[in-house]
Formats: sequence, C-alpha cells, structure tokens
Amino acid sequence: MPWIYVAVIVVSTVASDLLQSWEMKRHGEVTGIGRLLKLLLTKAPLIGSIVFLAISFYAFLALLAVADLSFAVPATALSLVAETVLARLLLKEQVTPARWAGTGLVTLGVALLAL
Amino acid sequence: MPTNSGNLIWKTRTFAAIVVVTNVTGNFALSWGIKHGAAMDGSAWSFVRVVFDPFVFCGILLLAGWVLSRMALLGWADLTYVVPVTSVGFVLNAVMGAVFLNEIITPLRWLGTLCIVGGTVLVGRTAPNTETP
Repeated sequence: MPWIYVAVIVVSTVASDLLQSWEMKRHGEVTGIGRLLKLLLTKAPLIGSIVFLAISFYAFLALLAVADLSFAVPATALSLVAETVLARLLLKEQVTPARWAGTGLVTLGVALLAL
Repeated sequence: MPTNSGNLIWKTRTFAAIVVVTNVTGNFALSWGIKHGAAMDGSAWSFVRVVFDPFVFCGILLLAGWVLSRMALLGWADLTYVVPVTSVGFVLNAVMGAVFLNEIITPLRWLGTLCIVGGTVLVGRTAPNTETP
C-alpha cells in the first residue's frame, strides 16, 4: 500500500512542478508575496499545478499514516528522475553532465532508502 | 539576465534555503500532528479533522510558504537545478525523524541520504539558469 501512495505522489508532483516551472519561466521573475499570490490565482497552469499539488499532499498525508517520515519523504524523490527527463524534453532545459550525475546520485540514494 | 553573477548566486541560495527550511519544518509538523493528533482512516471527514489539528495546520501554513518561495525561485532558476538542490531537505527530514520522532534509520538509509547530499552538491555547483538569451 505505501508504494501506491508513493506512485500517486510522484506522478502528481511531476505534473505540478512541470506546470509551475513552465508558467514561471514564461512569466519571469516575480517580487512580492502579493504579486505571487495574484499570479497563482489567475494563471491556469499555476492553478493546475496547485490541484496536482493538493492530490500529492493528500496522498502524502495518507502515506505518513502508514510509513515513517524518514521513508516517506525520500521515497517521493523518485519524481526527480522523471522531472529531469521531462524538463529536458518539454521545457528544453540544458541538463549538463554534472546535473545528470547529481540526479543519478540522488536516484541511487532513493534506491538505498527503499531497501 | 546574467547567469553567473554573484548577485544571482546569492539570491538563488537564499531562496533555496527558504524553500528547504519551510519544506522540512512543514513536513515535520505534519508528521508530528498525524502521529500524535487526530487519526486518519481514509474517509473525507477524518481528512478534515486532521487538517484542523494544530500541528497539521501549522505544517500546511509552512508548506504554503514553501510553494510561494519555490514558485519565486522557478521564476529565474531551472527546474533541473531547483529540484536536486532543494533535495538536501530529505537529509534534514531524516535527521528530524530520528531525533524528534524516534524513527529508526538503518545504515543503508544513512548511505542513501549521503548519496542524496552528494547529488545535491554536484547540481548546486552548476549555474542556476542554463537558458541562452
């Protein structure tokens, strides 16, 4: 059961982060909490990112009820790999060798945490 | 926007630190509230009760701060930079779980945590924004 929650968290987190990054990159730097909140409430991709975040949050609460915090949080880091690949493909970010290596290390860390 | 200026690096690290602190303290408050407060049985009503537990509510406020600070950071930094760099929070979460919640962390979990730190450091040494103007 914990891994089903982890899967829901990973998929919804990736969707949320991609939407948020895409819109914020398009909009550019924002200063002030008021402007950030206004943006959050008026831009469809950001609203979508919050919906996915809410799904992720609900699944995270459910996961915490059946698993340790020291397992729950790192296990959800699986989203890192998917985000790196999709950011390269969809957001056209330049993923340098150091970033790939860093992502690989974090993935290895997650695998060790799951053993 | 210059990609390697000292100002950009300082600003990026400050926001990354805020993202990490709000995330770690928010997760800790959530976990504490769920383990010591209202129980969650999967029903919608139990979810509402859990949300209004003081620790869970405090955790939600901190995580709202996490969302906003992360959003601001993504305004100039790459997603492939922000996500690994802020994953150093996993280590702090593990430490807080061990110290305050008496969770058992096996040597393998510590090794995994170290790998996450190593990955974070590697990515943290790259430029926050790789977009060409």
